[in-house]
Amino acid sequence: MIVEAENLEVKEIRLTDRPKYTKKDLVADHPTWCPGCGDFSILSIYFKMMEKLQVPHEKITSIAGIGCSSRFPYFVNAYGVHFLHGRAAAFATGVSLMRPDLHVFVFGGDGDAFSIGGNHLTHAARKNVKMTYVIMDNFVYGLTKKQTSPTSPLGFKSKTDPTGAIDHPINPMKQLIAAGATFIARSHSHLPNHVMEMMEKAMQHDGFSVVECLSECTEFYPGAFDAANPRKGGVFNLVPAEHDATDEVAAYKLAMADFPGYFGVFYNVQRPTKNALEARLIADAKAKSENATPVELLQKTFARLS
Amino acid sequence: MIDQKVADASASSGGQQPQRGRRIQDAVIRLAGNSQDGIQAIGSFLARLAGRTDKDVMTYMTIPSTISGGPSIYQVRLGTGEVLSAGDDVDILVAFYQHSYNDHINTLRDGGILIYDSDNVKPDENQKRYRSVGVHITGQTVEAIGGTAKDKGKNMFVLGLLARMYDLDVPKLESMLQAYYKSKGDDVIRNVIGAFNAGYGYDIGRLTDTFKFVPSTNKTARKQVVTDGNQAIAYGALAAGIRFGAGYPITPWSSVMEILRAELPKYGGIFVQAEDELAAIAIACGASYSGHLSLTGTSGPGLSLKTEALGWAVMAEMPIVIIDVQRGGPSTGLPTNVEQSDLNIACFGGHGDSPRIVLAPSSVEDCFYVTLEAAKLAREYSCPAIVLTDQALATRVETWEMPDIAKLMQDLTPDFAPRGPNYKAYQNTVDGIAHHAPPGTPMLDGKYPVVTGLEHDETGHPASRPANHVMMVAKRRRKLQVLASRLPKAETYGPPEGNVLLVSWGSSHGPVREAVDKARAEGESVSGLNIRYIQPLQPGISEIMDGFNHIFVVELNDEGPYGYGQLAGVLRARFCNDKIVGINKTDGLPFKIREILNGMNERLKKTPGPALTHA
Repeated sequence: MIVEAENLEVKEIRLTDRPKYTKKDLVADHPTWCPGCGDFSILSIYFKMMEKLQVPHEKITSIAGIGCSSRFPYFVNAYGVHFLHGRAAAFATGVSLMRPDLHVFVFGGDGDAFSIGGNHLTHAARKNVKMTYVIMDNFVYGLTKKQTSPTSPLGFKSKTDPTGAIDHPINPMKQLIAAGATFIARSHSHLPNHVMEMMEKAMQHDGFSVVECLSECTEFYPGAFDAANPRKGGVFNLVPAEHDATDEVAAYKLAMADFPGYFGVFYNVQRPTKNALEARLIADAKAKSENATPVELLQKTFARLS
Repeated sequence: MIDQKVADASASSGGQQPQRGRRIQDAVIRLAGNSQDGIQAIGSFLARLAGRTDKDVMTYMTIPSTISGGPSIYQVRLGTGEVLSAGDDVDILVAFYQHSYNDHINTLRDGGILIYDSDNVKPDENQKRYRSVGVHITGQTVEAIGGTAKDKGKNMFVLGLLARMYDLDVPKLESMLQAYYKSKGDDVIRNVIGAFNAGYGYDIGRLTDTFKFVPSTNKTARKQVVTDGNQAIAYGALAAGIRFGAGYPITPWSSVMEILRAELPKYGGIFVQAEDELAAIAIACGASYSGHLSLTGTSGPGLSLKTEALGWAVMAEMPIVIIDVQRGGPSTGLPTNVEQSDLNIACFGGHGDSPRIVLAPSSVEDCFYVTLEAAKLAREYSCPAIVLTDQALATRVETWEMPDIAKLMQDLTPDFAPRGPNYKAYQNTVDGIAHHAPPGTPMLDGKYPVVTGLEHDETGHPASRPANHVMMVAKRRRKLQVLASRLPKAETYGPPEGNVLLVSWGSSHGPVREAVDKARAEGESVSGLNIRYIQPLQPGISEIMDGFNHIFVVELNDEGPYGYGQLAGVLRARFCNDKIVGINKTDGLPFKIREILNGMNERLKKTPGPALTHA
């Protein structure tokens, strides 16, 4: 039932003959974000990308955890889930495995991805579950009004570190490479074309793809990413053209660069997805049991137990 | 029935010649050794044989929570009547080691038979309470199959001894041994059969009584199957149409996930071993959301971790089945012992008001049917349903009637038919019930729903308005009230009125029923009431309680500061009835009939009430 769906749905996504939808059809509530928040840009890129790709409306599925950025699904008129803090990747794993016809997007912040959900991110990555995780990283806890986040730089003054953060921050790129994610990119919400390019590449990737997108919190960490914003006098360093994205060590070296670091695809390799491996288990098991029906299978089991 | 047997066997314990083929209705055999001796194998072969020869069986085992080694027992009760408990006292104790003898000789009933390995055990030779039969189990096994296999073959030798002693169906047993060891090669089969034949040929009848089961009177048309409780749950989930599960290893739940991991791919399904308990339920919630009813499971500590997402599933109205195989708590507690102390967390665990369905299977067979029912209710009511089983049910083996799979098998293929216009995922219906549309379902008006753990309005949009929260809290609660009204009326075991009502749930059901039988056989006015629907409760319980002077709730948990356990607390809160008192224990072992009856009599002495005898 699941294996067959895979072949069927690819066709349906591309060969749909119904009228095209526009990004306006995807707009739901006005976002609750503060004016100038970097997340606006990512939301409008998501609309634009869907409009361009014409993923059937009923197949767009956005899943989020908790945080400012995790409000995302409410602003998209499509299937959406507002799950628990940190566990959106785990939830998306269940959706992705059972529904090969959907390409699941997960949206969340740095707290979701690297703090309360660190374990889930690691395991979804190592299992290479097919989905795209967009981490809207603002280096601060915004929804709870300015506490230190796992990516806050040393010395960052917050309500929980009034004299400046003393705990060494997580380096998202290093973390993701080590976890075994098969597509890892980094972008900046003030450069929408770059974000769009990264998100599209991530979506095309057959596996666990992540885009860490620096997304400024204008309220609690204004100017955090100016150093990488040319319009604010910063330098937007693209990943060098000669970088070999299949080289794990090279990707790791790229991740070592001082802030603001590089932007682009750090790592991109093909490894069988959990989706494909599970589908193979199913195909093998079905072949072995000669496609017995569920009734026949369970009757046989009980006959053995009698 | 037990008394009859005691009388039979003790008659022969006075030094006369051993009697051959004494007629018995049931037998309780305890095998005591170390965990690597393969005594579980003896027990499970006896159990499976029982299933094939129209006998009822119930087993009981303890295994050390260490990985290998350590003392271990396996108790088998075989009978041609209805076997409801593993038996209070042991008829035959087989002791492999001195420590086995020392630790378990007190469980042997007066007039029982001790069979000991005279190579390892020195029993008390002066006692007259039971008969001792020494057999060179180790030496005889070595003689039969050679020294290299001595630790491996002892169990088969003992199985041979018991087959002779109880006149078991040897051809059937041999064919089971052949089938079971087939994959291990001819050498192993030769040794297994060699050791078995040596035990059988030892002719224990020269030394002690031998027995014969009276023919079964309750032959059923359907075949019997032999499973443990966790198997019954896993196969129940498959019959329920569940095609996705996620879990994390924890004793004693793990075997459910092991079975489902092996079986689900054949059914086109997937079982995911998650990184932790939180992820396991999150992944399952995701799969349920995707349109495929999912199962997760755990034991005590894992349920504590799962309560966060359980609350989400209540709030988001996401159907999901959660198995909790209770063990001793709190914290890591007693991982390989039984307790019924997760009832409170199952019913109320988590923050906020989060009504969910909780069912408790009362036997191995019921594990199968309760899982089926939990799946059905979870879907019907868009609500998490918890199956509250326990370590004793999980690990014991029972015979039960072959289920009618063709009739029971459910097909839960998701419904992607277009919805709307004005589809509302959280519609405030009269009965509170609304169902989700899985992603991929076209919405005719082009408006798509969000599923959420935030308080929301009928469309799924965040809404913190006071009146909305009042309405939605009531809607989620109302579903359980509606379910309660649709549940079958509670029924007593025995007369619906009398002096004492013994209330049971889960694995205390069997022993309570046997206690009721025994008390009634002695002329006392005692009835039983088993609570299978823990939350919501069935109708009719209050009326039943009104018909009794005393209500004792028998459960394996602590009596708490006020003298009653967790189910009793729920019943007291529900029915405001201060006659409800607990019979509790926390030794990590299943109830014995004697413990229930003693508990009852002690409490009756304190508050005798009007005497009543039944007609």
